[in-house]
Amino acid sequence: MNELLDPLLLARWQFGLTTVYHFLFVPLTIGLATTAAVFQTAWYRTGKAEYLGITKFFGSIFLINFAMGVVTGIVQEFQFGMNWSEYSRFVGDVFGAPLALEGLLAFFFEATFIGLWIFGWDKLPRGVHLATIWATAVGSIASAYFIIAANAFMQNPVGYEMNAEKGRAELVDIGALLTNPVAVAAFPHTIAASFMVAAGLVISAAAWHLARNQHLDTMRPALKFGLWVMVGAGILTTVFGDQLSLAMVATQPMKMAAAEATYETVCGADASFSLFTLGTPDGSSELFSIRVPYLLSFLSTHTFDGCVEGINDLQGQYEMLYGPGDYTPIIWITYWSFRWMIGLGMAHVLVAVIGLWLTRKGRMPKRPWVWKIAIWSFPLSLAAMIVGWIFTEMGRQPWIVFSLLPTESAVSPNVTGLDVLISLVAFTLVYGTLAVVEARLVVRAIRNGPPEVGEPDPETGRVEPATTVY
Amino acid sequence: MDLSVLWFWIVAFLFIGYFVLDGFDFGVGMSLPFLGRDETDRRVLINTIGPVWDLNETWVIVAGASLFAAFPEWYATLFSGFYLALLLILLALIARGVSFEYRHQRPESRWKRSFDRMIIVGSAVPAFLWGVAFANIVQGVPLDAGHNYTGTLLDLLNPYALLGGATTLLLFFTHGVVFVSLKTEGELRERARRLAARSGFIAIVVAAAFLAWTGLAFGAPWFWGFAAAAAIALVAGWLANAGGAEGLAFSLLAITTAAAVLALFSALFPEVMPASNDPANSLTIENASSSTYTLTVMSWTALIFFPLVLAYQGWTYWVFRKRVTRASIEAAAH
Ligand code: HDD
Ligand code: HEM
Ligand code: HEM
Repeated sequence: MNELLDPLLLARWQFGLTTVYHFLFVPLTIGLATTAAVFQTAWYRTGKAEYLGITKFFGSIFLINFAMGVVTGIVQEFQFGMNWSEYSRFVGDVFGAPLALEGLLAFFFEATFIGLWIFGWDKLPRGVHLATIWATAVGSIASAYFIIAANAFMQNPVGYEMNAEKGRAELVDIGALLTNPVAVAAFPHTIAASFMVAAGLVISAAAWHLARNQHLDTMRPALKFGLWVMVGAGILTTVFGDQLSLAMVATQPMKMAAAEATYETVCGADASFSLFTLGTPDGSSELFSIRVPYLLSFLSTHTFDGCVEGINDLQGQYEMLYGPGDYTPIIWITYWSFRWMIGLGMAHVLVAVIGLWLTRKGRMPKRPWVWKIAIWSFPLSLAAMIVGWIFTEMGRQPWIVFSLLPTESAVSPNVTGLDVLISLVAFTLVYGTLAVVEARLVVRAIRNGPPEVGEPDPETGRVEPATTVY
Repeated sequence: MDLSVLWFWIVAFLFIGYFVLDGFDFGVGMSLPFLGRDETDRRVLINTIGPVWDLNETWVIVAGASLFAAFPEWYATLFSGFYLALLLILLALIARGVSFEYRHQRPESRWKRSFDRMIIVGSAVPAFLWGVAFANIVQGVPLDAGHNYTGTLLDLLNPYALLGGATTLLLFFTHGVVFVSLKTEGELRERARRLAARSGFIAIVVAAAFLAWTGLAFGAPWFWGFAAAAAIALVAGWLANAGGAEGLAFSLLAITTAAAVLALFSALFPEVMPASNDPANSLTIENASSSTYTLTVMSWTALIFFPLVLAYQGWTYWVFRKRVTRASIEAAAH
């Protein structure tokens, strides 16, 4: 068949493209809904204009972003059936349940309360209105749990039995599915990382205004908030990332071997973690590297004398277990994505700690380069998030459901390469255009700064919000 | 009752929720060129559904996910089979969804115009294609022994299915316009009422033809009861609209949609995706469904959470029960 029209390859590109794209918006939704909720709570308690201003400011960015999360999410929901019908047949009995639970418990909740929040400022009692934004935040976090539980099944299948007659996996234990050790670690890791991304946005936006010495009353508290959240969430991300590493080594040792590009099994001091390597793309021979001894052993086993199995040994084991084939993911992708995830994340925590020091006791740095660095917080923390997922998903290859179903057997048999090409081109064009529109709107909203929220009521001293209409 | 049969009707219920609720959203979107004489009118129209379109649309997500969970084979066959049609629906829903949020972000009229167009097209395409899709499901499509669809996009565009598409398009349009008259005041409300009278008339003719064709070709015992209920509710709704009883008209049209979906599902029962080439290849409730364990888990969840969902969604509609007026739009800043 024509190379270019290989449905499998195109479907994989399409899934990667649309999912990465969906996930550009999701972490911001999760993090900013909570950010808006926190500041609205502050306004609810104090009635101060600046808190209402910050709420509305980040609220408007949140909404621009939310719309994209919703419309790209529908594509996700449909494309399992469209492009991966064999996969849907194979796992539907197991995988469908968390997706349906997500819709029923989380998406309905979120989609309803977001409408109440946007349009309810003057229609609901103040406390009830505050509850709607918290409900939105809770809904978005709940939806992440279910989808990660579904994803964790693909990394580490649990709670199922094979039905040979129907040729599919069937759910036998929903509790086991929802408490999959991979999900239990990946969920807090992803949520904490989402808070890093949202904190990154808050820091970037605040730094943009503070560098211009404007909106000091709102942007100073926003900056402080962003910096503290970045540090806190950064620490949590690391702690849970460490847990996730253990779960990963226990369930998919090949992924850890691929993350470090270790071909031979190594123990103790030799199980070193390379910070940087120059060599051939597949990592099989290296010219130069900076290494931290014992670190890989520690990451994988929490001991300094543990052993980490190498790619060659694992490849041999897998051939014995699953028959001949190539069980090695693309090494340069796993190697570099793992490093960039950790590296960018650590760098953010460091930058945030320095930022807290520079702004201690109300100080404001004058040197422009300080702000220039701060403005990079958002794009780079988002990048850390994305490469983390690329690591997770590419590191699972060649399996779509680890050890049960290879990716190549999962694609829809009746969908032609041309069909997939048409949809891939359509999504690329539409998503590309919308990315430009969305990015401009977000930048514009940031530049416009917090909206005017009116004068305090002379009697109560409170500032009250205006009606919202489209 | 067998759980898989229960889930067949739950799926029907979810699609009823979707078509009733997002159906009138589509209608409001499609009515922009007819009712939106100036910018304020257009904003009034959009604000009638502003707070609720997202929760309405979520019904299709839950319906799709439930199909996936309860009938994986059905989900896989339907979604891979109707590939390009679903792609168009997805692109339309993307265009419509972002437009509601982005239209008001900038003041330039060129900006607003382009999003208006996206709302119109983004509402009309799914309103039409969902009818085409469901008509094809009822009619049956060619399937191989592995339950894979073997036709093309053009096979889906057959006369019966196109008639189904025209039916949903007109029905949703009329429902949306009646909703506008229910939610607005003054001159706009009056114009909407008159428009609904005209489009409702065409809807009655087209829907009657579609239901009759369905009944004669694929009729089943229950079908005629539901089809008759749909037809009566539609005519009564049309009369209520003519008499100025908007609330009643709106409810009757909702009943029309619900009864029509039930009629289609009873024409389908006990199959879920009949194979037009060879009945042996058909997907049935029996061979398409999930295991009993999965269905039990889902049934309990549905039992606990649906009442809750319906309660908070109902409350939302109650919070936004007031009519949207030109004055309220003009008074409010963005
Ligand atoms: C801001 C983002 C961010 C940061 C700073 C980190 N991670 Fe991460 N990581 C993610 C964002 C992320 C993610 C949200 O992209 C992933 C993808 C899947 C998941 O659950 O979280 C992820 C996956 C992921 C996995 C793969 C799990 C699997 O495939 O089963 C491991 C082992 C780690 N992370 C470990 C770490 C460690 C040890 C970190 C720090 C020391 C770290 N991550 C920082
Ligand atoms: C948690 C929910 C997720 C589920 C259920 C999921 C599921 C899948 C599926 C079914 C595939 C296609 C089959 C394959 O190529 O193996 C895939 C591939 C992929 N996913 Fe995910 N995914 C999820 C989250 C994500 C996220 C959040 C990202 C990125 C931000 C992502 C990035 C990718 C990429 C890049 C691929 C292509 C890998 C390849 O084909 O080589 N995924 N995922
Ligand atoms: C590939 C698998 C995925 C599917 C099928 C999927 C499905 C969806 C759908 C249908 C929506 C729209 C909901 C609405 O109308 O309100 C959505 C939005 C959302 N998704 Fe995903 N999603 C996937 C990946 C992920 C991942 C990995 C996460 C979290 C870690 C996530 C979290 C969210 C959140 C929080 C929202 C709501 C906020 C927003 O719209 O931005 N999704 N998703």
